[in-house]
Amino acid sequence: MKVHKHDAIIVGAGGAGLMAALYASKGGADVAVVSKLYPTRSHTGTAQGGIGAALGNLDEDKPIYHTYDTVKGGDYLTDQAAARILAENAVDAVIELEHMGLPFDRTSERRISQRRFGGHTRNFGQELVRRACHAADRTGHMILQTLYQQCIKNEVHFFDEFQVVDMIVVDGVCAGVIAIELGTGEFHIFHGKASFFATGGWGRCGAVTSNAHSLTGDGAAIALRRGVPLQDMEFFQFHPTGIYKMGILITEGVRGEGGVLINSAGERFMERYAPSAKDLASRDVVSRAIYLETREGRSIKNRGYMHLDVRPQTVNRYFAEEGRDRSDFIDEATVERKLPDILDFCRTYLGVDPVKEPMPVQPTAHYAMGGIPTNIEAQVITDAGGAVMPGLYAAGETACVSVHGANRLGTNSLVDLIVFGRRGGMHMAEFVKAADWAQLPANPEAEIRAEFERLRRSSGKSRPGELRAKMQATMMDNVGVFRTQETVQRGIDELAELRERFYQDIHIDDKAHVFNTDLMEAWELGALIDLADVTAQTAIERKESRGAHSREDFKARDDENWLVHSLIHHDGELANPAYRVSFDKAVDLSLWEAEKEQGLPEGEQKFRPVERVY
Amino acid sequence: MDVTFKIRRQNPEVPGKEKPYWQEFVLADVDPTDRILEMLHRIKWEQDGTLSLRRSCAHGVCGSDAMRINGVNRLACKMLVKDVGERVQVEPILGLPVIKDLIVDMEPFFDHYKQVMPFFVNDDPAPADGRERLQTQADRELFDDSTKCILCACCTTSCPSFWANGHYVGPAAIVGAHRFIFDTRDQAGNERLDILSEPNGVWRCRTIFNCTPACPRDIEVTKAIGEVKLAIRKGSTDGVIQPHQVG
Repeated sequence: MKVHKHDAIIVGAGGAGLMAALYASKGGADVAVVSKLYPTRSHTGTAQGGIGAALGNLDEDKPIYHTYDTVKGGDYLTDQAAARILAENAVDAVIELEHMGLPFDRTSERRISQRRFGGHTRNFGQELVRRACHAADRTGHMILQTLYQQCIKNEVHFFDEFQVVDMIVVDGVCAGVIAIELGTGEFHIFHGKASFFATGGWGRCGAVTSNAHSLTGDGAAIALRRGVPLQDMEFFQFHPTGIYKMGILITEGVRGEGGVLINSAGERFMERYAPSAKDLASRDVVSRAIYLETREGRSIKNRGYMHLDVRPQTVNRYFAEEGRDRSDFIDEATVERKLPDILDFCRTYLGVDPVKEPMPVQPTAHYAMGGIPTNIEAQVITDAGGAVMPGLYAAGETACVSVHGANRLGTNSLVDLIVFGRRGGMHMAEFVKAADWAQLPANPEAEIRAEFERLRRSSGKSRPGELRAKMQATMMDNVGVFRTQETVQRGIDELAELRERFYQDIHIDDKAHVFNTDLMEAWELGALIDLADVTAQTAIERKESRGAHSREDFKARDDENWLVHSLIHHDGELANPAYRVSFDKAVDLSLWEAEKEQGLPEGEQKFRPVERVY
Repeated sequence: MDVTFKIRRQNPEVPGKEKPYWQEFVLADVDPTDRILEMLHRIKWEQDGTLSLRRSCAHGVCGSDAMRINGVNRLACKMLVKDVGERVQVEPILGLPVIKDLIVDMEPFFDHYKQVMPFFVNDDPAPADGRERLQTQADRELFDDSTKCILCACCTTSCPSFWANGHYVGPAAIVGAHRFIFDTRDQAGNERLDILSEPNGVWRCRTIFNCTPACPRDIEVTKAIGEVKLAIRKGSTDGVIQPHQVG
């Protein structure tokens, strides 16, 4: 058994992991990054449209406006102090990325260029603001590349293609993680004073998703199984514009550049759902509108998709109607320059040229607002009171700070991982200076090794691919954009059957050790089933509609009873879990409370939970 | 439609399969717009779970699934059935050691990348106003193409010069260097030009042009290499690329 000893073990090499690695190593910690993918393969690299920061390079902007948009976008479930840190730190973090060489597009004033994005406004909702700092439509790619390059420069130690499958908890302290070296199949122990989960989301719970095949929620599932509750799991975002059937993301930046959604009647239907922000309302609002239009028989060819139209003649016609300045008008060259990857995706996969034809789009499973609960230093907390598990950190999509509340705003995922990856990295550097090494128990890998041997030797009849497809279908059908008690219960029942088959009747073909992707995919399926299950288990308990959680049997938001975070604990066995769901973790409303203390009349309180109107 | 896949396979752990061999699979109900990656997944998930490959994003951005499809380097997720027809031959990319089936050892490739100082260097203090460094749109445009690289290795493993000499840094590493050499904010351009004028640097390139059509990101790889060569010859990057009008 190989044991590696490093001050800080970072699990995952996307934006949050690399940011944490960089700042922890700059802070003097001996850091190892353990990732199942080569770092540049991480899903941060697929983020397209931009990273929000109130630089004010093109429009007047302030972090407090960004804070407001984030709180409102989250349907007031957002923790307000955390949102404020997000918005304020975003400005410094984006400037630091530029100083690391990130090639942002430029304004004519030579500054970082910014574009409009859904839900981002100036002066507390007054008008849309250009806040998303971008590098064409490959902003995430540039962030990932830049951070990886800086890690090479700073000689950060990487363990590429090592997949973390368990964590070691000793007397309530995280003492490290256990990984499988994919190239050999060997188990390795990573003994650390601090471990940092930055493993991304679990979009592969859904059948139509923008997420990579590798997004199986490993870190969240491991934490859940080792006694850490997960927070706000019922909130999962469907991005309104995925490529029809395939789910590949079409950035909100298309609408930021003037693109519009059109139904089969030729209407720009978002005018009816969001009279002010229209196509740039928050994602939950736009995704629901697409489903409602579809129900009314107004999807294109009645097949459940809409047209996303960014043809210059269409965009300019609506710009003219809105009285926009002619200098805002676009031509084909603008679209080519600002959205090259989007054009490439549509031309490659659909044979559709977006400068000449509209794109067929439908909502696609995109982002988990919930995850491993943390405080604002990215330390993992284990109860409603905020008790920290020493030595464990998390940031990025796998974590829940919570800055996204019930619905994340576009660009804020990148902001989240940069801001909280950085804060966590800095905090960890200080933590490891003072912390002692926890003693490793004997054979900490025994349990997880046994689980892998069970999978390897399995001889049932159910292939992982079949179970995964069924799980994805049941989640889409029953725990999707719209939910009721009945559908979610059906989802829970079907997941229980799939779980039973996973533990009693699985079969894999590959019995080898070198790059046994069959085995790893089977284990990942177990993680996905757990995360799908906790999503459904919390969704059935929250009897209101808020943000991305739309209950057709409880259509209204109910602040009196439900303005509170959920926590779900996993007890019992892997094959037979017992869940505990509690609704006692308070939402931080400190900005609103400060407004009340100042004696502001209700009408002037910006952070008071009110009905969301876009 | 039915599509026949002929796949180059190898498994170091299974007696009789340590050496490369071909295996055929037939898939029914294939749609012309299906991705090759989806078809490989169908083979793996429905017929033979031992089939091994790397993949992640499945839409041409992460760079995991470079392979040789009907004789040319492509990302399996960016190649559609209609692009290749009813008989598809799939092999690992060339020039890197095969580990198992379509999985090759990527370490030599990333080692080459790391040799060219693929990171931003500017030791001047950041602007005193706490803001970004300034750059014109025209200067930003100079290196735009090379920022698109996803390190998939399609270019390097299509290059006969790399096949002949695995110590050659290869097209991808040169593109990685180009991205910084022509960035007006960077200060280590000359050091990179020195590295690339070494025997295993740019002069191993014989302008065979395999790299450019192999690039799934449509980077003009050969042109980028040519610009680096010219900068070495001139001893400077000045004027090597003429900035065109940026709107």
